[in-house]
Amino acid sequence: MTPEQLCETLRKIQEPKGYFFNKDKEMVLELMASLLANKERHGYMVCPCRLASGDRDQDKDIICPCVYREPDVKEYGSCYCGLYVSQDWNEERIPHEYVPERRAPA
Amino acid sequence: MSEPIRVYALSTCIHCKRAKEFLDQCGVEYTPVHLDWMTGQERTDALTEMKQHNPAQSFPTILIGNTVIVGFKKEEIEKALGREPSAS
Repeated sequence: MTPEQLCETLRKIQEPKGYFFNKDKEMVLELMASLLANKERHGYMVCPCRLASGDRDQDKDIICPCVYREPDVKEYGSCYCGLYVSQDWNEERIPHEYVPERRAPA
Repeated sequence: MSEPIRVYALSTCIHCKRAKEFLDQCGVEYTPVHLDWMTGQERTDALTEMKQHNPAQSFPTILIGNTVIVGFKKEEIEKALGREPSAS
């Protein structure tokens, strides 16, 4: 699967749920490539911006879309890695703030 | 003599990539520490070292001398490098 194909597959699933890809297409495709690299490496698409343990059970909360996406998009308009954003974020109706890590450290 | 710079990063992380690109643009030397490329004791040691500076264990964690910058924050990097903020 190519990053473009993954992007289109995920778009169809996530947009109806109110989660949109970042309008920075280059960044989105880089993140898609990273998700595919993580799938190759670990067998599942763990968040590219988090350190995977390699154990699916330990990593289940950070498999993309991670469980922190909902509260992050609600509070900041963007998920931690910036892949998924709200429409307001993409249309610059809300400030683009740094999203701090919500996951408790190991 | 400029201050040593270390970037604790993941090879897949977009914010880490952007931070490294920015440091490259600034023309400064830095040591990238890619934790996802490490295994075993090497990775445990690097993670322990990073946690001393950023207990949240998030990426990138950038050390510029004694300054710790968590995340890709351009203005903070410029300030730590002693530069005037560039127009963004």
